[in-house]
Amino acid sequence: MSLDDALDVLAAALLLSGAMLALAASVGVLRFVDVLSRMHAATKPQVLGILLCLAGAAVRLRDSVDLWMLVLAGAFQLVTAPVSAHLIGRVGYRTRHVRRDRLHVDELAGPDVDD
Amino acid sequence: MSTPRRRLPAGLHVVPLLWLTTVWVLLWGTWSLGNVLNGLLLSAVVLLLLPLPDVGFGGRVSPRGLLAFVGHFVADLILSSVQVAWQAVRPGEQDISSVVAVRLRSESELLMTMTAEALTLVPGSIVIELDARSRTLYAHVLSAPDDASVEAFRRQVLDLEARVVRAVGRPEDRALLLRPSGAA
Amino acid sequence: MSVVFTVVACMLGAAAAITTVRLLRGPSTLDRVVAVDMLLAVVICALATTAAATRDSSSVPVLVVLTLLGFVGSVSIARLLAGRR
Repeated sequence: MSLDDALDVLAAALLLSGAMLALAASVGVLRFVDVLSRMHAATKPQVLGILLCLAGAAVRLRDSVDLWMLVLAGAFQLVTAPVSAHLIGRVGYRTRHVRRDRLHVDELAGPDVDD
Repeated sequence: MSTPRRRLPAGLHVVPLLWLTTVWVLLWGTWSLGNVLNGLLLSAVVLLLLPLPDVGFGGRVSPRGLLAFVGHFVADLILSSVQVAWQAVRPGEQDISSVVAVRLRSESELLMTMTAEALTLVPGSIVIELDARSRTLYAHVLSAPDDASVEAFRRQVLDLEARVVRAVGRPEDRALLLRPSGAA
Repeated sequence: MSVVFTVVACMLGAAAAITTVRLLRGPSTLDRVVAVDMLLAVVICALATTAAATRDSSSVPVLVVLTLLGFVGSVSIARLLAGRR
């Protein structure tokens, strides 16, 4: 097996695992009980899924100058995903989109968060 | 903050300048001299027109600390992705979650923000509130059905904070790691 | 190789379909924001897969724009909802 073949196999493995994580993440978005839990599915498996797909594409496009743009897209994803997750989580908590019956403890629930 | 540093014109900080230049060069795809110079010029114009607040970055990046942080981060990202993915697809009811408060030790807003950002991506948690004055962050933990797992999560957060501080913290930030902390 | 791309395309298609169910069901606007975010992520994965399958990098700039656009979009809606309560 030549190096090119080996790299293509690597790309295939990366794309497959990325797609698998994306699928699992979407199942999570559908099945989890409240906005906060759904946000979990939409951050961790999703970000890694995108990174794996981008890596797979990068391995296949290894001779192109656009390779660096893929790296950049991955970096943007890593930086922006937590920020939007935090904002949505915060708004979700404050607008009471939490299933309190599904919480073990809630250490934020105090008189000062009701404003 | 006490060490006097040579300052560039107002608003021009080295880190954002280099970051924007890198973005520019990556977009073009080639590391030619023209690209780098153009990128520097454009970044300087952007930063002068849209100045950023000073976040108090000490500029002391420790290569070893950074490597340890990145290594842990990648491993944790894979682990937590697989965990959350498994929670999503496995049959049966979902685990009970918790909202946990953790009191951090650092006082720098930059370090707290970095810890919160990394925390949202790594263990099964999302930061929903960060109170800088009391150094407390509140996180929603996807799978925390009992007190033991809540305590384990608190320890995880403090470990993560320590790694962030060892990677990019100033010496005074590192000293703060020694003080007792934990539950808010 | 083409088998792999077909399988990946089917999985991403299924992911998009499942996400659309959540998008239609809601129930709150925030759920829909999360679903749209997720849908965009699937589109990004699909674009990357297409680029890999055809070895054609012309869609890569679109990908970069999408990563940033999704972020700006969901942050704006979240802020809008926070201000409205």
